[in-house]
Amino acid sequence: MSDRGVRIQITGIVQGVGFRPFVYNLARQYGITGWVSNNATGVTIAAEGNPAALTGFVKDITRQAPPLAAIDSLTVKECRLQGYTDFQIRASVAGSVKTVLISPDVATCPRCREELLNPADRRYRYPFINCTDCGPRFTIIKDIPYDRPLTTMRNFAMCPACQAEYDNPADRRFHAQPNACPDCGPVYRLLDKAGTPVEAGQDVFDLAREQIAAGRILAIKGIGGYHLAVNARDQSAVARLRARKVREDKPFAVMAGSLAICKSQCAVSAVEEQLLTSPARPIVLLTKNEGYNLADSIAPGNPCLGVMLPYAPAHILLLAPANMWVMTSGNVSDEPIAYQDEDALARLGAIADYFLVHNREIYCRADDSVVRVVFNKPYYLRRSRGYVPAPVSLARELPSVLAVGGELKNTFCLTRGRQAFLSAHIGDLENMPTYQSYVAAIAHLQKLLAIEPQVVACDQHPEYLSTKFAQETGLPIVSVQHHHAHIAAVMAEHQLTGPVIGLAFDGTGYGPDGALWGGEFLVADLREYRRAGHLAYLPLPGGAQAVRQPWRIAVCLLKELYGESFLDHALPLTAQLPANWQLVVTAAEKKINTPRASGAGRLFDAAAALLGIRQSIHYEGQAAIELEMAAQGRVGRILAYDLTAVAGTWILDFKPVFAGLCQAMEQGAAVPQLAADFHTTLAAAACELTRKISKATGIKEIVLSGGVFQNMTLLTQVIRMLAQHKLVPYLHRQTPPNDGGLALGQAVIAGERSR
Amino acid sequence: MHDQEERILLGHGSGGRLSHDLIENIMVAAFANPALAELHDGARLGIGGTKLAFATDSYVVKPRFFPGGDIGKLAVCGTVNDLAMCGAAPLYLSAGFILEEGLPVDELRRIVASMSTMAQTAGVAIVTGDTKVVEKGAVDGIYINTAGIGALLPQADITAKRVKPDQVVIVSGYLGDHAIAVMGERHGLTLPQQIISDCAPLNKLIQTLLAAVPAVSMLRDPTRGGLATTLNEIAADAGVGILLDESAIPVRPEVQAVCELLGFDPLYLANEGKVVVFVEREYSKKVLTIMRQYPVSNAARIIGTVTAKPAGQVALRTTIGGLRLLDMLTGEQLPRIC
Ligand SMILES: [Fe+3]
Ligand SMILES: [Mg+2]
Ligand SMILES: [Zn+2]
Ligand SMILES: [Zn+2]
Repeated sequence: MSDRGVRIQITGIVQGVGFRPFVYNLARQYGITGWVSNNATGVTIAAEGNPAALTGFVKDITRQAPPLAAIDSLTVKECRLQGYTDFQIRASVAGSVKTVLISPDVATCPRCREELLNPADRRYRYPFINCTDCGPRFTIIKDIPYDRPLTTMRNFAMCPACQAEYDNPADRRFHAQPNACPDCGPVYRLLDKAGTPVEAGQDVFDLAREQIAAGRILAIKGIGGYHLAVNARDQSAVARLRARKVREDKPFAVMAGSLAICKSQCAVSAVEEQLLTSPARPIVLLTKNEGYNLADSIAPGNPCLGVMLPYAPAHILLLAPANMWVMTSGNVSDEPIAYQDEDALARLGAIADYFLVHNREIYCRADDSVVRVVFNKPYYLRRSRGYVPAPVSLARELPSVLAVGGELKNTFCLTRGRQAFLSAHIGDLENMPTYQSYVAAIAHLQKLLAIEPQVVACDQHPEYLSTKFAQETGLPIVSVQHHHAHIAAVMAEHQLTGPVIGLAFDGTGYGPDGALWGGEFLVADLREYRRAGHLAYLPLPGGAQAVRQPWRIAVCLLKELYGESFLDHALPLTAQLPANWQLVVTAAEKKINTPRASGAGRLFDAAAALLGIRQSIHYEGQAAIELEMAAQGRVGRILAYDLTAVAGTWILDFKPVFAGLCQAMEQGAAVPQLAADFHTTLAAAACELTRKISKATGIKEIVLSGGVFQNMTLLTQVIRMLAQHKLVPYLHRQTPPNDGGLALGQAVIAGERSR
Repeated sequence: MHDQEERILLGHGSGGRLSHDLIENIMVAAFANPALAELHDGARLGIGGTKLAFATDSYVVKPRFFPGGDIGKLAVCGTVNDLAMCGAAPLYLSAGFILEEGLPVDELRRIVASMSTMAQTAGVAIVTGDTKVVEKGAVDGIYINTAGIGALLPQADITAKRVKPDQVVIVSGYLGDHAIAVMGERHGLTLPQQIISDCAPLNKLIQTLLAAVPAVSMLRDPTRGGLATTLNEIAADAGVGILLDESAIPVRPEVQAVCELLGFDPLYLANEGKVVVFVEREYSKKVLTIMRQYPVSNAARIIGTVTAKPAGQVALRTTIGGLRLLDMLTGEQLPRIC
């Protein structure tokens, strides 16, 4: 049979993942001639050979693609024979259409790790070792196509040895853009807090490890930003870090020097192990085991610990296998993570004793991702380094949308065709540097993805800084109800088009009636929603202050339950009321700065305050988290609650539950039992209300979203109860249930409405 | 999507973004003229060879009497201060009254007496007026409008255009007193400590200040919307950034305590006897020395500096070292926490 010629066009994550050498080697195996090249839409292959070889070649491209590649589409077109005599890798073509996908950052691969620790290797102990299977990507890319001059590696000219690897299609480092070695690449240095160099070169890691062992706080420049590190076994060092970072009791994450040492502290299931060792290397929330002996103040009272394994070569050199270090983001409370050197020295100078820095610029900041395993699958709490900017695949093509996200834990989202790109974790926008990084990150991702949005989607809250940003873009605006967006995010992930019954259990989000929503039962598709039911409104005296001080909601509840004489009841709250609490009650009665809220999070706050667990919080969700800890994972009793229909809308009122809790407490019931009762009652009530809506509508698909579903005790019970009644629950599996996933929902709703 | 008819909301009167947009889009658009375009607290006019400032304001405060003042005192001080903020010496006021059927005449007497006392203190004459009575329920007791004329001080040039990077921001004293005093009285709250409105005329202070330091570039009384809103307006008009130091901003502990209890931010609360002054750093000592000689401004302090970037934004260096964006609110404060 005579030879044929074809043009193959491939899109997806196919650049910076060793795709061209793979194609090159495959072509040589099949005796195919032609060339392969990167362009702005992906990879193009010109291939000539006999028809059977061509068929096998094309099949194997998809079957054997490199581990980090993700092929989105592959098209083959016949074309005229050119008579190529060999197979070549051609230089990238900078095109006008940029639709290529950029790889997230990838943890050091096993082969590079081996070389790193091999005294005979020329990159022995070289902290920037990488290859086409691993290394930084998203965080060092300034523009596409992904080529060295458009990354922060441009300042490092390769030495002949590195250049030879880079040019050799058979080499593992062929076109590995960050390729470098001790002779030509970036270096680490150890500085004191004034910025004066203490040491450079290969010994910095041993020196740094000694400082940690001596109880010092170390700022470490890594892949997506700076970490602050201390020895996790050193109680006083952890306390010092907390004091200097102004972080009272929010848990810290830990980096374990090895999987073995991690397992000595925490239970690790097979799925958790897979996640811990995956190329994304997220922080995985694990359950502490009997062997746990780290400093108490790392995750005080918490049964869980966030652990990650070393993901940059520097981490491998820093942590001995038996080491456990606190590795928390390099920032002062609420500020964005530091990633630029001068800024880090300025901002972290009052926290860190030493700085371990390097001279490869981080172009794009990326915090560590946080994941936990729920029903044997990952459940993201923060989706950032290692996952961003991989897209979520949508059910169908949408016009390009910029969704600006929420206010706290902000991420934004850009869509293109059937792909939705959720940004890395940005943070709380009221913080000025965070807001500035937000504006810059939107521009950067738009450029990298070559997306020109036609529509901007935002929340309905008029005071969100993201909403105001959306208004300044000049684009047509679609404003999306907060909880509709939460539900739509899950729908988008699972390619559901609805209608579904959506349970959005959240803190507070803006409702079109001017109240703050957050315990919502919506019948929703991707365009519209109907509020079929919700939690009864509670007053929030002092607005945001009531979120920070759960006693406010609780004291109003007590007064409603028992009238003026509530102080006569022997309840923990009545003994814990702060000075001048009467003024707060009066303000609530007179409706002074007292919005109404149906947030499920507020029920948890009220319960935690009533049970005497927590009256004021130091970090978001603290009261609810401690209430869950108190329940110790137990299944409780179902207490009486009120479920009534008012004008076609179901209202779930928990006042009888609170009355039940108070009564039991007065009779001496144990707090853990009551905390468990609260969880089980909420799950049962939510399930009953969902069934009523399902019965009326015939809808069996139930979508769960909102920050409150980070509570595993509630989530697992709700899911079991729904499943018992043959309802099909859907969870977030690619994006967070908290506001970090909001922008995805905003984007699909706006896209669907603008089609 | 927005097929609902647009209506006036209470937020349109709160002095924030909604008020701002309403005035820009409806009033300024319709009345457009050069004097209005300055969007000062009052208009600066040239009549023959004389340079005048002209200002008006309406007073609808609830309740009519509160610790430290009443609606009449407010009506005089407010317009006097508006004129002073233009860099003028207030001379004459008008007073228009809208009275509700049933208002006790004695209350009206007390209010008018208070206006008279305040006019004397400020050194202005109330030279013309008007009185209307409307049926019960059409207004709440009494509404007062005052307008005033003042002579622009020849050495002064008060305009946001003169606000430049590196100038300092000075505030004349404690913030939030007026708003909390009025709120406490309105709702009959028992506050932990009594709080008294700061309502006072500032014209004499301003006259002395401008005579001694013509370099003062900008003056503004942080009334509705408070310091944060005022500074946002100035930052936007001047095309500069403003960086405030939280630890330097004067708020009385008792006001701070009530704000924490009720969930208010003192930076967004109204004041009726305070001024914000912008001036080159080299004159700041002189300005402070003069201000501290007057009882209305004896707690004057430097609270921040003007920066080149980010233009139009106001930031607050918090006591724990963070940098918080102090935005102009759209309407009422609503929690943004999820
Ligand atoms: Fe939310
Ligand atoms: Mg005024
Ligand atoms: Zn590698
Ligand atoms: Zn080299």
